[in-house]
Amino acid sequence: MPIEFTLNGKPQAVDVPPQMPLLWMLRDTLGLTGTKFGCGVALCGACTVHLDGRAVRSCQTAMQAVAGKKVTTVEGLSADGSHPVQRAWIEEDVPQCGYCQSGQMMSAAALLTTTANPSDLEIDRAMRGNICRCGTYSDIRRAIHRAAGLMKGA
Amino acid sequence: MSRSVNVSRRDFLTTSSGLVLGFLLKRRVTEAQEVPRALLAGGIDPPPSHKPNAYIRIGTDESVTFFIPRSEMGQGPTTGCSQMLAEELGCDWSKVRMEIAPVDPESYGLQTTVGSLATRTTWVPLRQAGAEAREMLIAAAAQQWNVSASQCKAENGFVINTTNNQRLSFGTIADKASKLPVPQNVQLKDPTQYTIIGKPVKRLDTRDKITIRTQYGLDVRPDGVVYAVMERCPVFGGKVASLDAADARKVPGVRDVIQITGWEQYQMPGGVAVLADNTWSAIQGRKALKVTWDEGGNRGVTSASIRQMFMEKATDGNGAIANKRGDADAALSRAAQKVEAVYEVPFFAHAAMEPMNCTVHAKGDGTAEAWVSTQSPTTARAVVAQVLGLTPEKVAFHTLFCGGGFGRRGEGELSYVFEAAEIAKRVKGPVKLTFTREDDMQHDMYRPAALIQLAGALDAQGWPAVFKASLACPVILKMPNGVDPINVVGLADLPYAFSDFLAEFHEANTHVPVSFWRAPGAAHNTYFAECFFDELCAAGGKDPVESRQRLLANAPRLRNCLNVAAEKAGWGTPAPAGRFRGVAVSDHIGSFNAQVAEVSVTNGRVKVHKVVVAFDAGQVINPNILRQQIEGGVIYGLSATLKGAIHIDRGRVVEANFNTMDMIRIDEAPEIEVHIMPSTEKPGGVGEATNPVIGPAVVNAIFAATGKRIRALPVKPSDLA
Repeated sequence: MPIEFTLNGKPQAVDVPPQMPLLWMLRDTLGLTGTKFGCGVALCGACTVHLDGRAVRSCQTAMQAVAGKKVTTVEGLSADGSHPVQRAWIEEDVPQCGYCQSGQMMSAAALLTTTANPSDLEIDRAMRGNICRCGTYSDIRRAIHRAAGLMKGA
Repeated sequence: MSRSVNVSRRDFLTTSSGLVLGFLLKRRVTEAQEVPRALLAGGIDPPPSHKPNAYIRIGTDESVTFFIPRSEMGQGPTTGCSQMLAEELGCDWSKVRMEIAPVDPESYGLQTTVGSLATRTTWVPLRQAGAEAREMLIAAAAQQWNVSASQCKAENGFVINTTNNQRLSFGTIADKASKLPVPQNVQLKDPTQYTIIGKPVKRLDTRDKITIRTQYGLDVRPDGVVYAVMERCPVFGGKVASLDAADARKVPGVRDVIQITGWEQYQMPGGVAVLADNTWSAIQGRKALKVTWDEGGNRGVTSASIRQMFMEKATDGNGAIANKRGDADAALSRAAQKVEAVYEVPFFAHAAMEPMNCTVHAKGDGTAEAWVSTQSPTTARAVVAQVLGLTPEKVAFHTLFCGGGFGRRGEGELSYVFEAAEIAKRVKGPVKLTFTREDDMQHDMYRPAALIQLAGALDAQGWPAVFKASLACPVILKMPNGVDPINVVGLADLPYAFSDFLAEFHEANTHVPVSFWRAPGAAHNTYFAECFFDELCAAGGKDPVESRQRLLANAPRLRNCLNVAAEKAGWGTPAPAGRFRGVAVSDHIGSFNAQVAEVSVTNGRVKVHKVVVAFDAGQVINPNILRQQIEGGVIYGLSATLKGAIHIDRGRVVEANFNTMDMIRIDEAPEIEVHIMPSTEKPGGVGEATNPVIGPAVVNAIFAATGKRIRALPVKPSDLA
């Protein structure tokens, strides 16, 4: 029986096993490859998406837990880069390889919905689950502060 | 301990006369010592010049597209190379787009992005190509106006007649220009005229990465693709003894199970591939496999047994001389005070965030298509071709963006391409092979573990004067003289003016596959040498910065970095309460840097608060990308100093994921203060410059804080108890 949920604002139904992780359903079944595979066990944050507005690791979120809920992936931030987090990431030129940045932006976007003007300590707490092997952490921190400013101005 | 596997792999790497692994490695054999030197100095492989059209396409719509002959793993060459082309071309930077060039050895030479060489190998040819195209555009406009080319200039996408300010846009004359002969001996700009080189222009790859248009290897989904994962023997070199795939085949979504016999002689012993409708089903199917392994002769190997073998090698008196000055042995025997120490490091994994993966379609009609995030597309294409029995030209090859490289996706580390091509050979339609994180961590080609025996002595005034090193380490590049030129980088070429110096190399191979990591050689040797140098300073009661200043009298650029870092960090003034400073320096890949780390140690926990870096890269192409690389290298090196490593037990890797092989995270990232030295010297390498230096700077600061010498990495809380 298809599993129904809301994906990036639109109704979606997929016929996949209930234990299948949201990550692989997004990537392999629907072709939404913006959500990245990094570790498979919720240790790196590359696969972060929003489930009913909360940041979760899609590699450890089974499809049965998604039924009836709202999923936002990085593609759902905006297609044109206009979301304040994306704008800040572009203005600060954050990415090096860029692979982890989907997850970084999703964690940052979730943080900013609950904490309009996060301190460095709040950024540390919200972002320490997201590994960047290239070491863009100072740029990520600057971009989060900038995004907070952009959201205030919006 | 069997070495046969490693040795045969080395033979393969260095003597293959076939297609595999291409020009670079073949050249390494024929030119023995010279090529590694050139590789390290940045002298190899300039793409042929005089083919500006290979690099530049100007559209009648005024678009400017650059084809970049280097891969993008995050270090920014696609932007830096574009800046070089744009500077000489005189185009409008805001109109520039870049693409990674198709594999085409005739136009681009060997396309490989290794050794922090991307800028150094393209610095001359790309500026030349830009200048040649500029002169052709000027010539076309001059013809149209019927004036002399010498009274015309190119600026911001227009050719301008300087006598009357008439303008023709590049787009309107591009077609005409392309039919003109390519000029010889074009004049390159003087650095004082630069408007794009040296400027912090925005990276050209950022927007696509943020709007999710960038395609990494793992994102490829050609029509009809089948997803594969592979089970490999946990003990390196082992192979399948028996396979029962019945249960695996019953897993929903699994389509097939294939035993891959592999390429044992190349240290790719194969395994079992599970093919499925999606990656998750393939992983589930793999869990249901029943495989027994012939683990070979290495199941008893442990990190401790490897260490013991290293120790025996390092002290066997049979080292091959990597470099020598004066007579270190004699000087040590007559020294009043001799300082001795043994330092060591374990294996390290690359751990790029995008796990290894490769997609191949063997079309069965004498052609194939491959999609790979790789640092070395020329060689990767040759690998696919060789496995499929094709010539490279028959493989349509897509070089995709890399979710990190750090050497893992470069020459000599393309096992994942071999495997994918092997699977594709037996499958109709395209196959995507994905490494899970566990596969990636347990079947990497690791940074070599190493052990070094060090001895030193002081001159009559107590300054460091004698330095002797015996390094034992698995070989990456086997050479007739017994010295692996890769693994002695940062040791044989130490910049200090010791009166007596000896560096010896002891080949100490294991069954664990090793290859290039970020800053191979220097990554371990800079730790060894810079920390032992501090031990010599302490033995003579001398200041670490002052001692380095004295012994770097003939290394002015490095000495300048040291002076700036020390001054900016407040060396010699009290650190904030509870914090202590350590210093280290490096002359590596054509660049120079000094770092001062500010560290506190509380209850066995090391906190790195701040790192001051002074960096001389020669001519800077993009100061913001340079800063990113300086910071990124510090974070990468700090992970290998304080966090996870790779250990061997029962012949296999212990660590499997980021819980036991963790890395620096945002809350552990220090403040990094960067000072870039102005310079018009030719550009140096950047990507691998800072990661070797942070380790010794931190470890020397830990000594200042605790009086304890940390002679093995990563630092453990028990070292500090």
